[in-house]
Amino acid sequence: MSRETAVSLAFLALLLALPFAAQALDEPFYITLATRMAILALAATGLNIALGLGGLVSFGHAAFFGIGGYAAGILATHAFNNEPLLLGLPGTNQMIVMWIVGAAVAGLVALAIGLISLRTSGVYFIMITLAFAQMIYYFAISWPAYGGEDGLSIYVRNAFPGVNTLKPMSFFLICYALLLAALALFWRLRDSRFGAALQAGRQNPVRLAAVGIAPFRIRLVAFVASGMVTAVAGALFADLNRFVSPSMLSWHMSGELIVLIILGGVGRLAGAVAGAMLYVLFEFVLGGMTEHWQLFLGLILLAVVLFARGGLIGLLAGRPRHG
Amino acid sequence: MSLALFIEQLLNGLQFGVMLFLMAAGLTLIFGVMGLINLAHGSLFMVGAFACASVAAATGSFWLGLAASLAAAAAAGAVIEILVIRRLYDRDHLDQVLATFALILIFSEGTRWVFGSFPLYLDIPALLSGAVHLPGGAQYPVYRLAVIGVGILVAVGLYLLIGRTRLGMRIRAGESDREMIGALGVDIRTLYTLVFALGAALAGLAGAMVGALQSVQVGMGEPVLILAFVVIVIGGIGSIKGALVGSILVGVTDTLGRFLLPAAFGLVMEPSAAAGVGAALASMLIYVVMALILAVRPQGLFSAHA
Repeated sequence: MSRETAVSLAFLALLLALPFAAQALDEPFYITLATRMAILALAATGLNIALGLGGLVSFGHAAFFGIGGYAAGILATHAFNNEPLLLGLPGTNQMIVMWIVGAAVAGLVALAIGLISLRTSGVYFIMITLAFAQMIYYFAISWPAYGGEDGLSIYVRNAFPGVNTLKPMSFFLICYALLLAALALFWRLRDSRFGAALQAGRQNPVRLAAVGIAPFRIRLVAFVASGMVTAVAGALFADLNRFVSPSMLSWHMSGELIVLIILGGVGRLAGAVAGAMLYVLFEFVLGGMTEHWQLFLGLILLAVVLFARGGLIGLLAGRPRHG
Repeated sequence: MSLALFIEQLLNGLQFGVMLFLMAAGLTLIFGVMGLINLAHGSLFMVGAFACASVAAATGSFWLGLAASLAAAAAAGAVIEILVIRRLYDRDHLDQVLATFALILIFSEGTRWVFGSFPLYLDIPALLSGAVHLPGGAQYPVYRLAVIGVGILVAVGLYLLIGRTRLGMRIRAGESDREMIGALGVDIRTLYTLVFALGAALAGLAGAMVGALQSVQVGMGEPVLILAFVVIVIGGIGSIKGALVGSILVGVTDTLGRFLLPAAFGLVMEPSAAAGVGAALASMLIYVVMALILAVRPQGLFSAHA
């Protein structure tokens, strides 16, 4: 077992142990905190497919996160009010349906955004993904049907067959299982032929083209897959808070997702997990000390970018074999 | 819909575009010369607005406030360039995005710490407080016309600075070959600090002028920053001319879209539904324009790095 595998497993075990410890100490709030870590880790793992493997610095992943959230919110509202949704189809309170719908819609949007933005690269790509996410953000704010700026409440947490999702622990385990599934996907992708081509496209696109592989379609598939995983996290996030608002679509959210990956380690399997745990911990500890915690978060982030490249996983497990 | 209302909205669009140009010109200059994507540009806009509002409140003079906004934004720009930005020129864009994102958090939270969460207000100076008559019978505020005038002056000034002066020559040389200009004995570090401070001062000026039209508050720079990104993506990164054309295009399209689309939908729908659909689509309009332009010209209209 390599050192990176050991470190990754340690982080996953720590995340799993946290809510059980909280339950033993009768502190249910910490279960929610651990759930938040797992969901943000899932969202960032999605982004890590595009950003870490493909080198596609998407500054608009909040769009997919928010689309997942709104998919959950809108379906639940229609089910709650017993109103048909589209073409007479009913709403639903089944999480699995929401994940599928959220991922499908996000996948289509990612396809559209990717078709335009992947024609460019570098700074253009960053700004264009940001701009499209802003477009969806402003649309959500000014479209009055689903709460507009005020957001949308989910009155009862949605259901999962055979599980009482109202129990914090059960909901955590659902999120954790999905996180494991996403990590398995990330791992399989990374070590597949597809992943090799995707990473080669990041390292040396000219050489990739010279062996006869066009990077565009590979990147597009990675971008779409990345958006779909993040959308599932968004649906869970909506269920955790029982609330969806345009702030899930805001560019601060996109920035936060990138920050999670940088804190943990770009392109590393457990980078998103370590980053999300560290970030939520910062938020909780600094937020408890001062209401101006974002100032200190900014300073820490600046220090990490300038002096501690490679993130937490890089610090604990060393540099990756292929840069 | 009367002609007067249309002209008024057109002028509003122009004024908005000019304000975007002040932001976009700095961003595109910084990217063109140093290859740096600066998210903290919106924070410099905010610094300008806060400096203007607090100095104007203390001295009672808008003009002193305006001077303070230029000085404060340029100084803030120079300080962050020397402390942080300078270390990022050789890094990839991801690091630049993150470090400047961190700067936004620091600036926003720092400003909230000093000034609190309540917005400040800035009065329009007495000299510019009147209104002029437009053809068609409407009135238009002199202050907004003055903003348009300042924007045109800045555009001309930048054109002369970059095209006709020694400093401009060095900036252009820095854009095309930074090693060579260093080898010719130009102090490139100071040049970069200067360019960054110039861009910052323009952002601060925009912030101060906008501060008199809306409230001065934390986070006011972020929507403008993102629109400035749209502008330079449309215009072509690194091109001042592209920034000017893109700004006017975005400013006018956005303003007229918000004004015309609800009215247009009103022809085929009932008024309340038309207002909702129109507003929602109008808020997306400039991004659609951006997507269309990129579909035809992925490098923007006037790319300096095509």
